[in-house]
Amino acid sequence: MASKETPQINASSQADIAFLLLVFFLITTTMDVDKGLRRRLPPMQENQQQQQDIKVNRRNVVIVRINSQDRIMVGSQPTDVSQIKDKIVEFITNPADDPNMPEKEVKDIKGFGSYPVSKGVVSLQNDKGTLYNSYIQVQNEIVKAFNEMRDQFAMQNYGKKYARLDEAHQKIVKDAIPQNISEAEPKDVGGKK
Amino acid sequence: MGRFRKNGKKAAPAISTASLPDIVFMLLFFFMISTSFRQTDKLVNVKLPAATENVKLERKDLTSYIYVGSPILAKQAQYGTDSRIQLNDSYRTVAEIRDFIAAERESLAEADKEQMCVAIKSDENVRMGIITDIKQELRRCSALNIMYVARQADVNANR
Repeated sequence: MASKETPQINASSQADIAFLLLVFFLITTTMDVDKGLRRRLPPMQENQQQQQDIKVNRRNVVIVRINSQDRIMVGSQPTDVSQIKDKIVEFITNPADDPNMPEKEVKDIKGFGSYPVSKGVVSLQNDKGTLYNSYIQVQNEIVKAFNEMRDQFAMQNYGKKYARLDEAHQKIVKDAIPQNISEAEPKDVGGKK
Repeated sequence: MGRFRKNGKKAAPAISTASLPDIVFMLLFFFMISTSFRQTDKLVNVKLPAATENVKLERKDLTSYIYVGSPILAKQAQYGTDSRIQLNDSYRTVAEIRDFIAAERESLAEADKEQMCVAIKSDENVRMGIITDIKQELRRCSALNIMYVARQADVNANR
């Protein structure tokens, strides 16, 4: 009988084929993670409630305004982007217990003890004509201010930067220095664009 | 016999390449699994603003993207250069965000709905008016976790 054996398939090119596919997927793969500034929006309020908004004591709020020409005001002073951070740190920490700056409330933080927590709130207001870029720059500076305060607190108490602390300690730091940033209801500051 | 070993040393034996395909296939599978193709075509130009205090976007699967920017060159004849919002594969208006969010939320598991995040990928030259409108609309449909996507700025650069 002429039952020939089926010839072996040559598998030496298998590696080449696999390499080809590999290179294709290597190139198309993107493993970058999106990064950015995380924010939590305040919930929408009912119309009736809007009137009796929680009255935050005036001294506890610093308003950062950006107008349509991208000029910035912190409180009542025109400010450059580079100075925002320091101004906010000074405002929130209120080192000299200035009566015009935020009051502190001694809170009992679990696992740490009592600590005077600043009641300061940073309120950010922008105009319709403000550039997104400058808005993000200001947001970034405000976050930077809070991060700096948290780092400082972490260094003083644990000898490490905030990012290097474990989760329990990070929570303590978060409680001690809450990131109170309010994105106010849209308001037009600085007239028409 | 000795005649064949005249050269004194043997030639190094060839390394067997029989397992090479296996190794390559292993790598191949890894990249095939980790690859995610871009699901949406870009219809707007987005140059992200730079920031230094970025945090990573955690659960990518819980994130919906809103793109804002001026239309790409091919669409400018039709749509002009004014900033537009892109949801999924088409230009949308602010009012349509509500449906988009509802649909996105519907596709998530019940337990994850609370953690849903909306990432705003906006061009740095967009005016805040449109962003504010988006934010208000998001508040209205209570999608409160948002993220302004930014690129990492050079920390050493003096600003």
